[in-house]
Amino acid sequence: MVGGGGVAVEECVGQVVLPGDVLFLPTHPDEDGERLRLGASPAPPTKLLCGPGLRRCDAGLLVTKCGLLRHRQAAGGAYWVDSQQKRYVPIKGDHAIGIVTAKAGDVFKLDVGGSEQASLSYLAFEGATKRNRPNVQVGDLIYGQFVVANKDMEPEMVCIDSSGRSSGMGIIGQDGFLFKVSLGLIRKLLAPKSEIIQELSQLYPFEMVLGMNGRIWVKARTVQQTLIIVNILEAYGETVFKASSSCELTGVTTRICKKNVAKMTSGCEQNVWRKCLKANTHF
Amino acid sequence: MGERAAAPPAGRHQWEAAVLQEAKMAAGSGCCLRPFSCELGLLSRPDGSAAFLQGDTSVLAALYGPAEAKGNRELPERAALEVLLRPKVGLPGVGERSREQLLRQTCEAVLLGRLHPRCSVSLVLQVLGDSGSLLSCCLNAACMGLLDAGLPLASLFCGVTCALHPDGSLVLDPSTRQEQEARALLTFAIDSAERKVLMASTKGTCSVEEMQQCIAAAQSAADTIFQFYRDSIRRRYSKS
Repeated sequence: MVGGGGVAVEECVGQVVLPGDVLFLPTHPDEDGERLRLGASPAPPTKLLCGPGLRRCDAGLLVTKCGLLRHRQAAGGAYWVDSQQKRYVPIKGDHAIGIVTAKAGDVFKLDVGGSEQASLSYLAFEGATKRNRPNVQVGDLIYGQFVVANKDMEPEMVCIDSSGRSSGMGIIGQDGFLFKVSLGLIRKLLAPKSEIIQELSQLYPFEMVLGMNGRIWVKARTVQQTLIIVNILEAYGETVFKASSSCELTGVTTRICKKNVAKMTSGCEQNVWRKCLKANTHF
Repeated sequence: MGERAAAPPAGRHQWEAAVLQEAKMAAGSGCCLRPFSCELGLLSRPDGSAAFLQGDTSVLAALYGPAEAKGNRELPERAALEVLLRPKVGLPGVGERSREQLLRQTCEAVLLGRLHPRCSVSLVLQVLGDSGSLLSCCLNAACMGLLDAGLPLASLFCGVTCALHPDGSLVLDPSTRQEQEARALLTFAIDSAERKVLMASTKGTCSVEEMQQCIAAAQSAADTIFQFYRDSIRRRYSKS
C-alpha cells in the first residue's frame, strides 16, 4: 500500500494508515454544477465528516495519526483513524473523570489528564443555587462532560446536561478505586456488547465509572473484590494487544477472571465464594 | 524481507527485519543497510516510547506530550518541542547539544504544533549503544516515538548516514570503523511525502556532485526504512 501517490479512501478502510498518506475522496460522476435537476432524482450527497486523525488537504484527506481507518455510512458518511494513545486531549461532549485540585472563588479546578486544568463552576450541578452550594472538597472525584474544549481556550466541564438534569454526572462517592488505562481500552469497554463487562458482572456486583480520559473508578462491596476487578481490567488492557479474534478474546477474559480470582482471594474467602456459587447467592 | 517473531513480554511488540538493500550508485559501488529492528511501547510512564536498533547502534526514545508548558517556555501559537539526548556514558556535552538542535528542527518540521498551542512536547533519547550512524538512529527512534505517542504529524521522516571514502566510494549506514576511515560523513533526514531532505549534517569535505549522489542514495534507502515503519505499525495494529 503506497502512500506517496495517494490511494482512494474506500480501499483503505480497515487497514493501517500512516501520517503523510493522502487519501482521495470519492468523486461523484453526476456532480455537475451547471445542470438543473428536474423531477425525482437521488438527493445530492451530504457532507462527509472528517474525524480524528484526518485533515482536509487540497488533494483529499491527509492522515495525521497512525492507526486503522474506519468508516461509517450513516449521516453522510464519516471517516476517522482508530489509534492507540495514552495521552488525553479534551474534546467537547466527552464525559471524563476529573480530580479537584483547587477551589478558586466560584470555580473549581479539575485535573483531567490533559495539558491544562479544566474549570467547573459551582452552579453546574443539579439543584445548585447561590445559596445551595455543592459540597465539593479538594481531592474529590467528579464525573462530568466538557462544554468548552478547543486548542485555544481552557477546557470547561459541567455536571448537568442541556436540560438541567445530572443524568449520572456529579461528585463520585466515597471509597472505590481510581486507576488509569489507555484510551483505546476505554473505547472498547464502552462498545455496545463488551464481553469483559458481561463476564465481570457475573462475578460480583460492582459500580464502575468510565472516563474518556483513560480513568476508571471501580467500587465493589469489599476492598478485595474491588482490587480483583481492577487487576482484571488492567490485565485485559494488556491482552487486548495479543488476541486477534473476538472468540479468542472471550476465552482470554474467562481465563483472566478465573486466574485473578484464584490468585487474589485468600483461602477462606475462596471457600466462601465456592459455597455461594453453589448456593447461587452473592456475598 | 525475512521476519523473526520473538515471544514478546506483556505490553511489548518486537519485530526484526533483516534487510539487505542494494542501492546501486552512479559511482558503481554497492551500498547496503545493516539489519535493523524496533520495539514500540516498551516504557509504561511516557506517552510514547520506541527503541530502534541499527546493527549494534541502539537508541531508546521516550515522548511526553502534549503536556503543560512551564512559564516562559510556552509559545502562544504552537507546541514547544524540547529534545534531550543522553549519551551512554558521561554527561551530555556540546556534541549532544548540537544533535539535539538538529533533531528538534527535524521534528518541528513534521509535527503539527499548531494543533496544541501553549503545550510542551518533550522527547528524551537515551543512547544504549553506539557503533556508527548514531544521528540517523536517533532520528529513526524519534520518528517511531512520535508515532507511538499519537501526536499529529504531517509526514514521517527517517535518518540515513553516508560515509565517503578517500577513493570516492560510498557506504550507507557506516559502522564506527568505516566512519573513522571516511573523509566525509553526511547524515540526511528524509521525509516520507516527497522524499525531500529535511535536515543535512556534514562532517568533512566533499564536492557538490558527491553530495548529490549521497542524497540520491539516501532517498532510495529511505524507501526501505519507511516500508519497515509501515510493517511494524501494521503488525502492532493487527493484534488489537
